[in-house]
Amino acid sequence: MDAEELAMDEVVDDGIEADISTTEAAENAQLAEQIVLRAADVDVYYGDHWAVRHCNMEVRRNEITAIIGPSGCGKSTMLRCYNRMNDLIASARVAGSIEYHGVDLYDRRVDPVEVRRRIGMVFQKPNPFPKTIWENVAFGPRVAGIAKSKSDLDDIVESSLKKAALWEEVKDRLKTSAMGMSGGQQQRLCIARAVAVDPDVLLMDEPCSSLDPIATTRIEELMQEIKAEYTIVIVTHNMQQAARVSDRTAFFTAAVDEEAGVRFGELIEFDRTEKIFSNPSDERTENYVTGRFG
Amino acid sequence: MSDAVSPPPLDLSDLQATPKRARRERTVRVVLLAAAMISVVVSGAIVVSLLFEAWEFMVNVDWSAVWSTGWFPRNGIYDIKTLVVASLIVTGIAMLVATPLGLGAAIFLSEYANPRVRRVLKPMLEVLAGIPSVVLGFFALLWISPNLVQNAFQSANRGNLMAAGIGVGILTIPLVASISEDAMQAVPHALREASAGLGARKVTTSIQVVLPAAVSGLAAALIVAVSRALGETMVVFIAGGAGDTALYTDNPIDGGLTMTAAMASLASGTDAVVGEGLTFPSLYFVGLVLFVITFGLNIIADRFVRRVREVY
Repeated sequence: MDAEELAMDEVVDDGIEADISTTEAAENAQLAEQIVLRAADVDVYYGDHWAVRHCNMEVRRNEITAIIGPSGCGKSTMLRCYNRMNDLIASARVAGSIEYHGVDLYDRRVDPVEVRRRIGMVFQKPNPFPKTIWENVAFGPRVAGIAKSKSDLDDIVESSLKKAALWEEVKDRLKTSAMGMSGGQQQRLCIARAVAVDPDVLLMDEPCSSLDPIATTRIEELMQEIKAEYTIVIVTHNMQQAARVSDRTAFFTAAVDEEAGVRFGELIEFDRTEKIFSNPSDERTENYVTGRFG
Repeated sequence: MSDAVSPPPLDLSDLQATPKRARRERTVRVVLLAAAMISVVVSGAIVVSLLFEAWEFMVNVDWSAVWSTGWFPRNGIYDIKTLVVASLIVTGIAMLVATPLGLGAAIFLSEYANPRVRRVLKPMLEVLAGIPSVVLGFFALLWISPNLVQNAFQSANRGNLMAAGIGVGILTIPLVASISEDAMQAVPHALREASAGLGARKVTTSIQVVLPAAVSGLAAALIVAVSRALGETMVVFIAGGAGDTALYTDNPIDGGLTMTAAMASLASGTDAVVGEGLTFPSLYFVGLVLFVITFGLNIIADRFVRRVREVY
């Protein structure tokens, strides 16, 4: 937070010192400050399969960025590049650059563990550990060494569960297994677990795809509530969800290179959500959001 | 035109199996049933003969000889604790060797090794499982005993329970490693991703997430290994440092006789064990004790394996 305020001050100072002709530079600097993640010419391969081609996309601070598109278009793949989750897949290879606050995430010297402590993730299927609710939430802070004592951890567990709108439901059974919760509760627990390490960015990979509409609504409300503190990127199959929750939307689709005979995922259009859903620039986007395709 | 009666669309015989087919199906069924039954019948027969002969020993023996000071079956001294304690010492040492090495190998193979390394390492581990135990027995007697045990303990006997235990341990490593690796592989990948996504290092994920989730499978692996170590005969026979008799000892650097080695040494090469009247039935008694112990352990292991499916 301190670094951020400092940077803001600099921008303001520049603005004061500069005359009108350089306000453009100041605006650029401010934009750079807003951009948390910047993907430039990203290609992702799984073995010989070209999963994502030439992706350019920026994620801005305190916004919800949605990634939509049909199955197999590389949206989850792209999401997993942002916290180097693809490192866990032996055959995955990433080319191009992804900058996180100006630092290349794929620099040889970058430790993926440090990246993932700042860029948390919520997965498609709720995946609580087969441990107690308390232990699930305390796992991250404990591993990161954030909390020194049991009571610190208790505080983190409580505040994280409150952020995930789960506290009231589980406060009396923190010491029972997380596996006994409903699917929606489990997914909110996974969100609580992710925010417990106080990340900067939250990546959500179809977080509602296995939930019923009521649980989905709760998660969507939750995203709106925590947006002020985090930057969120969400992959979703559900276009209404993207339209409801996101500020910006990226539309991916699977394209085929006729000459080479390969199929790959491609970012077609990236813009403000209203524009994508009301007046998209690309015909393919329009076909998709109006339900004529996919 | 009107005399053309349309034939019924389908006759029952169209849907019936031909007699030949039905016969073949029955034959296959009977053959397979026989194969399944034979193993059941043989196991049952073994248990019955074991019980029968052991019973003869138990009703006729002077029970003070069964709790005395050594195992001299030809002389009517049948101290069962001599054998049980030696077996427990060998098994204990074997598990001290096999648990860390087997689990370590399993964690490496399951969590750390990339597919290429695993493709090379796993077969090598399986080769270790294929070493005949008689070879390992000689290795234990001729290399482990002088180089490890006698080196550390000057007073150690050349053949001793510790060397035998280490040998049995080496023999058990592949078993522990392979069952544990299966258990860890069965842990859903989603849990590893969850852990990694929270900024956990690989070692943290392995020890705090994968191991606890696989714990019942690991426990089963260890229990099966204990069963195997208890039942192992050739290594302890060669390297244990006793012939067919032994004085009671609870010191691992002494020579000793395990239950299996006692049976093997007494019964080898002849169907007429020389000695007093109960010498031969005494083997069945030892066998029964061993059977009860390993059978109990297998039941416990089975319970654990069943539980492993319920955890996540």
